[in-house]
Amino acid sequence: MSHPPRPPTDQELYGRSGRPVTDKDAQEINRVEELSYDLKIREVMSKNPVTASPETSLAEVLELMRIRQVSGVPVLENEQLVGILSIEDVVRAMNRNDLTESVRQYMTRDVVSVASYESIVKAMQKFAESGVGRLPVVDEHNQLVGIITKGDITRGILIALQKDYKAEELRRYRASHLFEDIISDRTTLVLRYAIKQQDFTRGGNASSHIKRALLRLGADPQTARRCGIAAYEAEMNLIIHTTSGGILKLEVEPYRITISATDDGPGIADVEQVLQPGYSTATEKVREMGFGAGMGLINIQRCVDKMELESSLEKGTKLIMRIHVPEETLTGRAKGQPNEPSSDHRTTQSETTD
Amino acid sequence: MNLHQITEQLNLKLLTEPRDLTTIQPKGGYASDLLSCVMAGAKGKYLWVTLQAHLNIVAVAALLDVAAIIITENAQPDPAAIAKANEEGVILLSTAMPTYAVCGKLWELGIHV
Repeated sequence: MSHPPRPPTDQELYGRSGRPVTDKDAQEINRVEELSYDLKIREVMSKNPVTASPETSLAEVLELMRIRQVSGVPVLENEQLVGILSIEDVVRAMNRNDLTESVRQYMTRDVVSVASYESIVKAMQKFAESGVGRLPVVDEHNQLVGIITKGDITRGILIALQKDYKAEELRRYRASHLFEDIISDRTTLVLRYAIKQQDFTRGGNASSHIKRALLRLGADPQTARRCGIAAYEAEMNLIIHTTSGGILKLEVEPYRITISATDDGPGIADVEQVLQPGYSTATEKVREMGFGAGMGLINIQRCVDKMELESSLEKGTKLIMRIHVPEETLTGRAKGQPNEPSSDHRTTQSETTD
Repeated sequence: MNLHQITEQLNLKLLTEPRDLTTIQPKGGYASDLLSCVMAGAKGKYLWVTLQAHLNIVAVAALLDVAAIIITENAQPDPAAIAKANEEGVILLSTAMPTYAVCGKLWELGIHV
């Protein structure tokens, strides 16, 4: 009766995907569903609820409801829950001019209650089964400890989701203020990752960590993506080509990001040759995994502002990649004049296409 | 066209954990089995069509933030690759069709970039 007429949505008719709900949908658990099992009723209920005794007059309870702005009260006798009186019961009494009567005459005796230690999903089930708007909450000794409404559940879930969100925001905030809070003439954050040769199962892990770290430090997604791609190609080069692995290093300064990949062998005989698109020394086995296109270093050049490759058969290889960032990105400080990456450092292929 | 509609139309099998695919709107597609080419050519929220089923495709997809990987010709990723994809939030889809046919069908569905 309280619903204005409107056609049901597809979601209401068929569930989340606009079609009948399948077993597969039923298996799908999202964060809200997870929370409805994780959150306990005592965490979201209203404590110290307004109560009435069976002998209270309905007029008194009506006044109580008005002042405390509630639409139902549990009824206690000798500290035991004996009934519940809702605003509908009071309206029924008003129609009969019966407000001088006691609560006992109009209360609902078969009270559906929930236990405080149960999950909120239990309360949701009881709301659905009974159609009532509020449920008294009892503890393990059957003592009334609170009252729960659908609104309490919604609020509880929203607060929990907000906490999830804030936790990530806080991590990001702390990281992004690093350069602002720590004062020095030259602050550099250095992250090192040891990369093992032939470790394909962990290939890309270091680059993922680098991308995530940059996002948390406040880098824009485009910069983080460029660094992620460059780091990935360098990381895979260490895995594919080195004799004993190497070090992938990320150095973050307020105005510049430097990624370097260093190894001690076997070294590159002809540096000019490896910079040719399509040139690769990858083995057949490695090519089968999708590597060895001969485009790795070309990709890196496209993603970074400056790339330096030093190598010798005696010492091994050192690949240095630099990306300029506007100073305000990583420090939160706005500069007086627009920051221009020194254009002489840019290679002709430095712009990314996306 | 959302990813759920695409999986229905192409009869793709979801290999990773079930999730709501209706909220994912692929912005384009890219097909290659060479990871460096994908690194250069696939953009964020693109569908990546490949015959590769090796673990390393997951890292590439995660770095690029692709909408999903469509693995063709029933190539089967090993459980470690699927576990890694679940961990990184990468969606793996599988089909018996070859790459060429998948791309053709995606094009017909209006995925043109």
